[in-house]
Amino acid sequence: MVGTPAAADVKLDVKNLAIHYGDTCALRDTSFQIRKNEIFGIIGPANSGKTSFLRAINRMDMFDDNMRIDGEILLDGTEVRNWRNVYALRRRVGVVFPLPVGLPLSIYDNVALSPRLAGTRKKADLDVIVERCLTRAALWDEVKDRLNSLGSLLSGGQQQRLTIARALSQQPDLLLLDEFSIAVDPVTTMRIEDVLKELREEMTIILVTNLVQQARRLADRTAFFLTGECVEVAETEDLFTGAVSDQRTSDYVEGRFG
Amino acid sequence: MFEATELNAQHARTEKLYRILFGLMAVLLILPVITILTVLVVRGGPAISFEFLFSEPINGMTEGGIFPALVGTIWLVSVALVASVPIGVAAAIYLSEYAPKNWLTRAINLAIINLAGVPSIVHALFGVGAFVLFFNFGTSILAASLTLAIMTLPVVIVATRESLQAVPQAFREACWSMGATRWQTIRHVVLPNSVSGILTGVILEVSRTAGETAPIMFTGATLFLPFLPETVFDQTMALSLHLFTVSTQVPNVPEEVQYGTALVLIGLVLSMNAVSIGVRTYLRGKKKW
Repeated sequence: MVGTPAAADVKLDVKNLAIHYGDTCALRDTSFQIRKNEIFGIIGPANSGKTSFLRAINRMDMFDDNMRIDGEILLDGTEVRNWRNVYALRRRVGVVFPLPVGLPLSIYDNVALSPRLAGTRKKADLDVIVERCLTRAALWDEVKDRLNSLGSLLSGGQQQRLTIARALSQQPDLLLLDEFSIAVDPVTTMRIEDVLKELREEMTIILVTNLVQQARRLADRTAFFLTGECVEVAETEDLFTGAVSDQRTSDYVEGRFG
Repeated sequence: MFEATELNAQHARTEKLYRILFGLMAVLLILPVITILTVLVVRGGPAISFEFLFSEPINGMTEGGIFPALVGTIWLVSVALVASVPIGVAAAIYLSEYAPKNWLTRAINLAIINLAGVPSIVHALFGVGAFVLFFNFGTSILAASLTLAIMTLPVVIVATRESLQAVPQAFREACWSMGATRWQTIRHVVLPNSVSGILTGVILEVSRTAGETAPIMFTGATLFLPFLPETVFDQTMALSLHLFTVSTQVPNVPEEVQYGTALVLIGLVLSMNAVSIGVRTYLRGKKKW
């Protein structure tokens, strides 16, 4: 079993979380804690409630009349629904989507958008942010000579790194990655994975993935979701060495289903 | 092994038949357009001159030009646009970006569909009741243009809403997840990428507005007025009504004047459409995603 960390080390505290879309249950009675500066993997087959969980964290349920959330999600000790400024909450939570979303703006504007929305106006300040975020996302060298071309016309792998740069421009302390490698070639995937290992020093990362081996490479601890149920949370190595309490987990990890 | 069977040959014959059938129907479409344009140019063309365009009708409209009607149509269309574009675009933004799925939204959508289906003569009577009498604008450009605006609102709303909906939802979600408000998302991502569609809708509205006769007949347009309007509270002549007048109301108008008027009206509308196509091609040429 995983020991309970001290309260100060908990980044995200999930208590009895349940998510419904209309009458359909996407996630039921889930409780676990995510520690500061860890990469927390979530694995599981499609329709397991992984993406719904991420959407609940940054309050995307506000844009979906159908989505209902019960239970609690405490970010740094405060329930996300009690944050007075939901926009400030979302800026602290960076999101990378399964399919790369380069906004139809220039590469520069893609990365500068979030700082601009937050009130940064000076060109010099924005230049610094754009260069730093693109460099961290391992994209700067490829695009530094064409920052004014459209971000949405980059290749899939480049767009995904642009999305990561954009998420970093929010200066988040929690980064949510939702199957980021689904439309990215293996080489780019490895580059992004290296970036994530560095980012762990500064932020907490939740990595939803359907590549079991990716969770093994990156995650400190991993949760296994199955059809709306969090089957278990364990140190990642334990999942792969068979030291798990639920048979379904080892069946999935070893590829017997899913 | 690969030779055609009887069934393959039969499929190929059917394919050919349908292709010809559908193609014929498509070609049939351009026949009336060509006929109308040819007749107008051949019979109305000789009437077009600087004097015809820029002088008043004289001798009971049997001679002279169409200048007051041309200016009047431009007035009517401009005032109608000023009234309907802001309202229509704002309403479309609400319906596409803000509106929850509830009974009020459904009621608004139903109202738009019904508004589009109301015959123009009914709009005319509504205009008389509301703008001429109730708001006491009298028969004026203002009353006529507002009537036209209400009649063409559905065109603007539907075109704007469709071009907003054409912007992928993923762009909105990406923007929201960065902490953008709905308005910031609309302002920075949605609107810049739907301008071409909105413009198309507006220009479509212009061509409809310029051609309408019934809604302006009782609300602001007159058969004959030998001077130009100066404010929106004046009455005015209009090309569409002038065409109706010289064709049916006044005896002994030379055919040339009738066809000439029709040619100017359709030329105005077609050149607006050409501008619309040009703008759209220019904006779409810059592929964004």
